[in-house]
Amino acid sequence: MSARTVLSSDDIDRAVTRIAHEILEANTALQKSGTSNLVILGIPTRGVLLAERIAKVIARNEPGTDVSQLLGRLDITMYRDDLATNPTRAVTETHIPAQGIEDKVVVLVDDVLFSGRTIRAALDALNDFGRPRAVKLAVLVDRGHRELPIRADFVGKNLPTAREERIRVQLAESDSENSVVIES
Amino acid sequence: MSKYLLSAGDLSRAQAVELLDIAEGMADVNDREIKKLPTLRGKTVVNLFFEDSTRTRISFELAAKRLSADVINFSAKGSSVSKGESLKDTAQTLEAMGADAVVIRHQASGAANVLAHSGWINGAIVNAGDGTHEHPTQALLDAFTMRKRIHGKNSLDGLKVAIVGDVLHSRVARSNLLLLNTLGAEVHFVAPPTLLPANPASWRAKLHYSLDETLLVEKPDVVMMLRVQAERMNASFFPTEREYSRIWGFNADRLKTLKPGAFLMHPGPMNRGLEIDAVSADSPQSTVLEQVANGVSVRMAVLYSLLSGERSTDV
Repeated sequence: MSARTVLSSDDIDRAVTRIAHEILEANTALQKSGTSNLVILGIPTRGVLLAERIAKVIARNEPGTDVSQLLGRLDITMYRDDLATNPTRAVTETHIPAQGIEDKVVVLVDDVLFSGRTIRAALDALNDFGRPRAVKLAVLVDRGHRELPIRADFVGKNLPTAREERIRVQLAESDSENSVVIES
Repeated sequence: MSKYLLSAGDLSRAQAVELLDIAEGMADVNDREIKKLPTLRGKTVVNLFFEDSTRTRISFELAAKRLSADVINFSAKGSSVSKGESLKDTAQTLEAMGADAVVIRHQASGAANVLAHSGWINGAIVNAGDGTHEHPTQALLDAFTMRKRIHGKNSLDGLKVAIVGDVLHSRVARSNLLLLNTLGAEVHFVAPPTLLPANPASWRAKLHYSLDETLLVEKPDVVMMLRVQAERMNASFFPTEREYSRIWGFNADRLKTLKPGAFLMHPGPMNRGLEIDAVSADSPQSTVLEQVANGVSVRMAVLYSLLSGERSTDV
């Protein structure tokens, strides 16, 4: 098995910062100023960590941002379509900011976009919490091989891969280092 | 996890903790506006109840419905069982109709076990109480309630639990003993000798023959009162109800002797005035209604674990 690092710690930082600014930029088209209409939801496990980083950058650049109203997490385990065939997964906490998602612009954050099935599940999960004004998707890595008509609005890096290769995203909060590695 | 939950003793510590963690996630769902998950869509859960039950049946029904499974409630009264149909034929009928999971409550100890190992049913099987044997989901929800009240998210290591009353007939006591031991709690049985099983020394619990002394000396973190199961009592186990209630019942005076933070559990249904009086049953220390609420979350976790995931090993 060979492993190749495709994003370093600095690359990840830059990608996160850029995604945060792109989210803000896209948001000004919808609302003159402020982030009160934005909700950023991370998808466990590493999407949550990335969402925290993105929210931090947004809060730094947009004074008056209330991170507790901006940031949340969305567990999609119970909405997966492969529950019958895969081993049982543990359910983790879902946290939606107190303001809810009704009529908000929701940005889903995940580490890797692959088949698109996770995002389909996330869209189903969102349904149970309200009707957002719009749903957008931010991912650190888009590796292709979509099985559903789903695309990302904000992408850290497009990584053409072979289907059997594995992408490993490591973030310092949960792993020992920051990196994105392709294993084949 | 295998596709059967027959005994609380079958769960390893890791499995038990995982179930409780999943239940935690399910509890969040019960706080939402839309209390429903699509997880078990298209699955059929049959509640096969040969014995009367309020909370267990409703709790299982609600749990299955919150996970979008289809639920069929079967009770022996008003079914072909009253015409003399055997458990085997009933089970095979359900199998022919395509039940994915059967939740069984039966007055005979070991009924769930028979169902699981006879080959009559291919689906998952949950023991919801078999005679005086076991009631594993009750133990799980009790452990979940304790974990929430005392330790937050941690284990139950070192927790002192006094289980008081009709231990002899209580499946709740048996399942709780097994699970609490697995989770590291210390179990004390407090009962008159007539209401303890024949060979109590083989049980991993400390035995006491006086409630007041236990409360005073052991200072338990949790006191679990058991229902006096009059319907299973075919001999005299204690002289009178008044005497039982005076010596073994939990009342306002005994409530005052609980140490701060300790609490009082009861699996329900309560015989108010017999093993527990109204003051303590309705006190802030009483977790009776929390137990009921937690029951739904725990049973959702159980159904989810049994009905999703790979099934290659245990068939």
